[in-house]
Amino acid sequence: MSIDTTTAARVAKLARIRVEEDALPALAAEFNTILGFIEQLGEVDVEGIEPMVSVTPMRLPRRADAVTDGGRQADILSNAPDAREGFFAVPKVVE
Amino acid sequence: MADLNKLTIADARGALRKGELTSAELTEDCLRAIEGAGALNAFVHDTSEMARRMAAAADARLKEGNAPDLCGIPLGIKDLFCTRGAPGQAASGILKGFVPEYESTVTQNLWDAGAVMLGKLNMDEFAMGSSNETSVYGKAVNPWRRKDDDTPLTPGGSSGGSAAAVAADLCLGATGTDTGGSIRQPAAFTGITGIKPTYGRCSRWGIVAYASSLDQAGPMTKTVRDAAIMLGAMCSHDPKDSTSADIPVPDFEAMLTGDIRGKVIGIPAEYRMEGMPQEIEALWDAGRAMLRDAGAEMRDITLPHTKYALPTYYVIAPAEASSNLARYDGVRYGHRARLSPGDGITEMYEKTRAEGFGAEVQRRVMVGTYVLSAGFYDAYYNRARKVRTLIKRDFEQAFAAGVDAILAPATPSAAFGLGEMADADPVKMYLNDVFTVTVNLAGLPGVCVPAGLDASGLPLGLQLIGRPWEEGDLLNCAYALEQAAGFVAKPGKWW
Repeated sequence: MSIDTTTAARVAKLARIRVEEDALPALAAEFNTILGFIEQLGEVDVEGIEPMVSVTPMRLPRRADAVTDGGRQADILSNAPDAREGFFAVPKVVE
Repeated sequence: MADLNKLTIADARGALRKGELTSAELTEDCLRAIEGAGALNAFVHDTSEMARRMAAAADARLKEGNAPDLCGIPLGIKDLFCTRGAPGQAASGILKGFVPEYESTVTQNLWDAGAVMLGKLNMDEFAMGSSNETSVYGKAVNPWRRKDDDTPLTPGGSSGGSAAAVAADLCLGATGTDTGGSIRQPAAFTGITGIKPTYGRCSRWGIVAYASSLDQAGPMTKTVRDAAIMLGAMCSHDPKDSTSADIPVPDFEAMLTGDIRGKVIGIPAEYRMEGMPQEIEALWDAGRAMLRDAGAEMRDITLPHTKYALPTYYVIAPAEASSNLARYDGVRYGHRARLSPGDGITEMYEKTRAEGFGAEVQRRVMVGTYVLSAGFYDAYYNRARKVRTLIKRDFEQAFAAGVDAILAPATPSAAFGLGEMADADPVKMYLNDVFTVTVNLAGLPGVCVPAGLDASGLPLGLQLIGRPWEEGDLLNCAYALEQAAGFVAKPGKWW
């Protein structure tokens, strides 16, 4: 399995990380090194083995479906790069 | 008393309770030590005003009597923990300026116990690294140096600032987190003790997430006793973390008897790696002899899937990271890129993440994105989760056969020079975690204890791996090892 620059560009797009065109060959080469390392897992016989879901055998805890927190608009917006009139502000999304 | 910052937690606790010193005095000595240790770049956010307030409150509480073990003890906090009103950015540019409006459960437990926060500690960005070189704050530096050699060395990573701070006596103890070895490897590189408890012992709530199924917090301290005291205060059941274990936290310190007669210690054949330095092998042999002399039985065991642990980790951890780090989008907190005219929301995401994340974080997020993408999910991610089941089963079989704890090296080498791995490919850096990463994949507790010096005078650590939830028993084995090893060396002060 070898990653070319087209695949590297696609992965960068999926990850929403801008990678300049001229950086793609180096990125693809790094992916190939890491994936080459991961390829070893192909040697392992995993027939009939369940993929791990939880490292500790436990039931996911449940709680009453009730409001436990809230009314903290100022706290939540305090770190926003741009907040206006009590909302997070972002560039125009809908034309 | 002079240089109170050099005390252990246990000794300081005794002196505070007897009224021989105050938390205010202890805290001032630590703050002075921190001020003089800029060259180590261990502390990256100063919270000295907060520290003085907390020390005064602790002194009042001590006067009233019945103060908890950690009351008045000054600690350093890894930058990964959210601490209300004090900056925390996981050593990343993408969280620049972030001041949490809430407190992590682990730090809240420490403050409830009366501990004092000295400041936030350097680390690898988002805890991704083994040398503290991926930090936006710059490298943390190991207080240890090779004999007759000024080369700056790594304190290890990702909890490099925590390790350097404890080893240099800037604080009495520090919090760390461990996803693939990030407490144990830096502890080994700096000659201190560090324990990663069983997955679920410490709440993950309020700790910036890297790989949620592997991340655990733990203490980094000067002695095993201090680790037992501090771990007890950090652990709790927390409904805010759905993987937090609802089981009682025992008195770990009370379990330190040093009596390990009859305990069965497993020696895993697979940890004898090809090309392992002779000194590491000799240290491991010495550790066996120490535990045998203390009355434990050594038993050769096999953990056949060990060699697949690192590749498994480098599928699972990046996969979880790519999902966890999707939240850093420039909308709710941290950095947002300056946009050009006409840029829309997608450009905002892409530019923000390219500017805010460092190279290693970008690499892991993209590798994670790839292994989770359509067509590769089964071949990579699902396969890795199956191998993870097998790795855990190896340990379960050893424990079922009567093994109480497993003895192994902590790292494949002593601390290396900063920048030495700069030209190496990423996989070479990943090999640092070869002895530690299995423990995270299996969710087990693991402790690192300093056990000797190499020929150049650098500390080396041994690791003990325990049964799930048996940190008390594990710490007792570590205590026996600590007593036998009699490691007392400290780095000579050059900073």
